[in-house]
Amino acid sequence: MARTFALLAAVALMTLPLPAGAHETEINDAQIAHVAYTAGALDVEAARQALARSRNAEVRAFAETMLRDHQAVNEQALALLRRLGVTPEAHATSAALTAEAEQESRRLASLDGPAFDRAYAEREAAYHAAVNQALRTTLIPSAHNPELKSLLEQGLALFTAHQEHAEMLARGLR
Amino acid sequence: MRMKLSGAAWLAAAASVSLLPASGDAAATASQPRVHTIVMANMRFGPVPGNVRVGDVVVWVNRDVVPHTATARNGAFDVNLAARQSSRMAVTRSGTFVFYCRFHPGMTGTLPIAR
Repeated sequence: MARTFALLAAVALMTLPLPAGAHETEINDAQIAHVAYTAGALDVEAARQALARSRNAEVRAFAETMLRDHQAVNEQALALLRRLGVTPEAHATSAALTAEAEQESRRLASLDGPAFDRAYAEREAAYHAAVNQALRTTLIPSAHNPELKSLLEQGLALFTAHQEHAEMLARGLR
Repeated sequence: MRMKLSGAAWLAAAASVSLLPASGDAAATASQPRVHTIVMANMRFGPVPGNVRVGDVVVWVNRDVVPHTATARNGAFDVNLAARQSSRMAVTRSGTFVFYCRFHPGMTGTLPIAR
């Protein structure tokens, strides 16, 4: 599907193997922070859209959890960056994730009722799976600052729980 | 005080346990309830003590950066924990209590309580 391809393409920007010695193309901590923050902020926007459109109690509860959790993690990330004196640095992956999320938001905006609920739940499962893959294979291994690495690891545990929750929700809506 | 009483309100007020020792002690006298700790970290409930008795205290500790709850499936208790906070729960009823986090339903556990 086109949307799955777009999401995987965004993540692939970070997961392609680097040629030996290509250190200049590695992602740095400021860029990692930008990607991770962007991924969380995009899911907050998706949750807001779900809360505006869905009347399904389980879908709304899930969206409220996404809103609460991703805001909490991003607040922690900002606090850490302030403490470290690091300014997040834009990265192609952030832009690709944002473009893909805007496309998904437009698609979801054309749906209502159970069709919206199903599409949102499936989207959340796929989105968290892709972000988790990026965390596991690129962002966490590439992070240099131990506090940033630790926060990303906490993020991976959290987003893995979100992915499982979304998959459970999607199964129940089929 | 973030603990919410529900159901048969089998939890005593936290004020009643405010003078408890900071950690559990099997040798505590009958007038000093033992304190047990259950930690939430990395989106899981940690080990649940198997020797909790009526009159003891369970301290729920949330080490995650997001809020959690410890909610009994049967409605006996519903403890709300903000990020990196803990809450004390006095135990006044025996039984086997299956619990979960309302926000993260994959987080589950079972708390056996003896008389």
